[in-house]
Amino acid sequence: MARAVTTQRKAINTTFAWIIGLLIFFPILWTILTSFKTEAQAISDPPIFLFFDWTTENYSTVMERSNYGRFLWNSIIIAGGSTILGIMIAIPAAWSMAFVPSRRTKDILLWMLSTKMLPAVGVLYPIYLLFIQLGLLDNVYGLTFILMLINLPIIVWMLYTYFREIPAEILEAARMDGAGLKSEILYVLTPMAIPGIASTLLLNFILAWNEAFWTLNLTAAQAAPLTAFIASYSSPEGLFYAKLSAASTMAIAPILIMGWFSQKQLVRGLTFGAVK
Amino acid sequence: MGQISLNQVTKSFGDVQVIPPLDLDINEGEFVVFVGPSGCGKSTLLRLIAGLEDTTSGNIAIDDKDATALPPAKRGLAMVFQSYALYPHMSVRKNIAFPMKMAGIDEASQKAKIEAAASALNLTDYLDRKPGQLSGGQRQRVAIGRAIVREPAAFLFDEPLSNLDAALRVGMRLEIMELHEKLKTTMIYVTHDQVEAMTMADKIVVLQAGVIEQVGSPLELYHKPRNRFVAGFIGSPKMNLIDGPEAQKHGAATIGVRPEHLSVSKTEGLWEGTVGVAEHLGSDTFIHVHNTGLVDMMTVRITGDIEVRHGDKIYLTPDSTQIHKFDAQGLRQE
Amino acid sequence: MATKASRSAARLMMAPAVILLLGWMLVPLTMTVWFSFRTYLPLRGGDQGWTGFDNYVRFVTSSSFWPAVTTTLIILGSVLVITIVLGVLLAILLDQPMWGQGVVRILVIAPFFVMPTVSALVWKNIFMDPTNGLFSHLWRLFGAEPVSWLSDAAIPSIVMIVSWQWLPFATLILLTAIQSLDSEQLEAAEMDGASPLSRFAYITLPHLGRAITIVVLIQTIFLLAIFAEIFVTTGGAFGTRTLSYLIFQRVLESQNIGLGSAGGVYAIILANIVALFLMRIVGKNLDN
Repeated sequence: MARAVTTQRKAINTTFAWIIGLLIFFPILWTILTSFKTEAQAISDPPIFLFFDWTTENYSTVMERSNYGRFLWNSIIIAGGSTILGIMIAIPAAWSMAFVPSRRTKDILLWMLSTKMLPAVGVLYPIYLLFIQLGLLDNVYGLTFILMLINLPIIVWMLYTYFREIPAEILEAARMDGAGLKSEILYVLTPMAIPGIASTLLLNFILAWNEAFWTLNLTAAQAAPLTAFIASYSSPEGLFYAKLSAASTMAIAPILIMGWFSQKQLVRGLTFGAVK
Repeated sequence: MGQISLNQVTKSFGDVQVIPPLDLDINEGEFVVFVGPSGCGKSTLLRLIAGLEDTTSGNIAIDDKDATALPPAKRGLAMVFQSYALYPHMSVRKNIAFPMKMAGIDEASQKAKIEAAASALNLTDYLDRKPGQLSGGQRQRVAIGRAIVREPAAFLFDEPLSNLDAALRVGMRLEIMELHEKLKTTMIYVTHDQVEAMTMADKIVVLQAGVIEQVGSPLELYHKPRNRFVAGFIGSPKMNLIDGPEAQKHGAATIGVRPEHLSVSKTEGLWEGTVGVAEHLGSDTFIHVHNTGLVDMMTVRITGDIEVRHGDKIYLTPDSTQIHKFDAQGLRQE
Repeated sequence: MATKASRSAARLMMAPAVILLLGWMLVPLTMTVWFSFRTYLPLRGGDQGWTGFDNYVRFVTSSSFWPAVTTTLIILGSVLVITIVLGVLLAILLDQPMWGQGVVRILVIAPFFVMPTVSALVWKNIFMDPTNGLFSHLWRLFGAEPVSWLSDAAIPSIVMIVSWQWLPFATLILLTAIQSLDSEQLEAAEMDGASPLSRFAYITLPHLGRAITIVVLIQTIFLLAIFAEIFVTTGGAFGTRTLSYLIFQRVLESQNIGLGSAGGVYAIILANIVALFLMRIVGKNLDN
């Protein structure tokens, strides 16, 4: 890569890449633009790209009509709760596997991964039944717990790959300095692994936020997060493109921003460290 | 304080016994160096003393109290690691304070001790920096500072100088020796560098394959190596070890002559050979001599300079009072 | 490399994660297997007892089984081909020197972060709607008759939506793999007189082999389970009923738990076959 490239060549690359990039991004851009149009302009033929009467009316309509705040709050609780709970369970497990490896460590890691591969539809009814029995159907906490279980293997796995990069000598130094296990993890390991823990948090928040099997099948009015709320637009009446766009924009905007921050870690997290 | 004794200590990893039963006594205030080729078990032995590894059998006592089952934190020892193992997210001040924080020492006495350690180690100006902003030598001093404030019964050093460049290494070596003079605390120091061992130790423990080959002062090891291994390992350049008829003349299976105990002549001498490479250091000259009919290559060390060329004929004569004799088992004969 | 104390601490600290995942795996799995051997219709008489392998036989002999298998394979295969081919090209393009590389990367990756229900709905309505969709405007602009995408060309439409979602994933991973290629290797090949095309064929592509395998395996596992995209767009109509959607319908819509569970067992076995290959690659990687 340490080689000079002609300006012309670079210009061609740039043009080409930008055209393709914008093409791929276009559906999102168009949705965002549509969210600021009136319903009439949203479906006008020919379509209006930029020169329409910008309005934020759709946003206020969506907020008022559909109790948007509640769905948003459910999404935050479910995605945030499952991620934090998962991290709390995963940190000690990842510590064990990274710093006290045994012959079985690899098997345990792979087995954990295999639970992630379990097709949800294969266990849909048992979970459904258990949720009814336990009164957890349409309950935020039940869903939080399920999503925590789904993402736990990825969390353990990501933390494990990050922890392995921390030299064991530093933890041993802490032990020599008189730290017990709790202090070792709290004062030495965790602060050192902050970047890794942060990207694990971020990626799993994104995955939980976008999860659309259990959130659709285990919720109704009470615990529905944004995924279910958006799905409820699939059979609407009348003109609604602008409002749909506004609701969609609100549902994806926070995640897009988080996703852009975590793109580097994304690869490691999603390939279980097999591609770095 | 600072007396450590190992009694019939063994260590196995799975089925592999890396340390066969081993006894060792380290006296209070001693500077003990564990030396040996890599993989000889010297670091494992240090980690057993530290408590970072369990002994498979046997006992370790620190100040006459059984410490075999104590976790590292409770043994009252401090360790300086090869990689320094500083906490990268903490400032130098916090690094040094960490053991005291763990011990629950109050802030005021922590501060006093940090100041004292920092000024002793020339770190006062760097207290608020992170380890990443320090040079190798400074990091090493922080690691030592962190060990000092613990006021340990003994300091353990695990190849602490191997990550430093040659010039810094000599400087740090002196600093550690001075520290020992000042604190008079027991120090156990692991290295594969026999020069470090010779210059620093009160007592050297030579290890090979987990077995102690010899324990003694540097000069004891130099003058009276107990076996062929120690003879070959201690001293630089290496001792010339000669087997066969020449050794039998001395009633031994092997004889050893250190390079500095051979005299050189261009005209006459006991052994004849040709000059290979000559390394001129100015103060000394090392000559590699071939075709002696005794060994492949014999090394000679001469004080000062000598005019020899590659291929010259040369005569060597050993100092007869400095010939080491070893029997068929490799053990020293007197 | 540790002491007995730390080993027992390690076991203790691993326990919550292991126990939770063990429960998560065993409890529902056992229940699914149990139901799969019973006639169980919660709305029509409840649990009517043991039926042996009837459900397994009925599931594969039902008229909807083979179409579902075909649909699943078509969607899976098309999406894999599209995302891998375009992903490799895109990754190579993004690896070239250019202005604003970071921004282009962000634009390309964005679709992956869009929640599946949103992308399904946006595509269904704003783009593919036959009267008001952007595509219909475009078709009319060229004087063509607008297409009812999700009924007349349902499978290609779904392939398109899903490919749009997964192309960023493939691109990102392949780009990471390309960037890990030692540039000296390419320079050495250039010195040896290899043309750009043969450099790609003999060096870049083999280097990408592993990354491509991983993308294929991971996408397969996720694509076998796609749900929201079908749920929101066609609800399984117009030939878009995949195997997992079929199981979903048997379980929750027609409430034939026994039959659905038998289907679930098939799905689990299928996923495990794919997972096994993935595990081997990941496992090998763990050893280094």
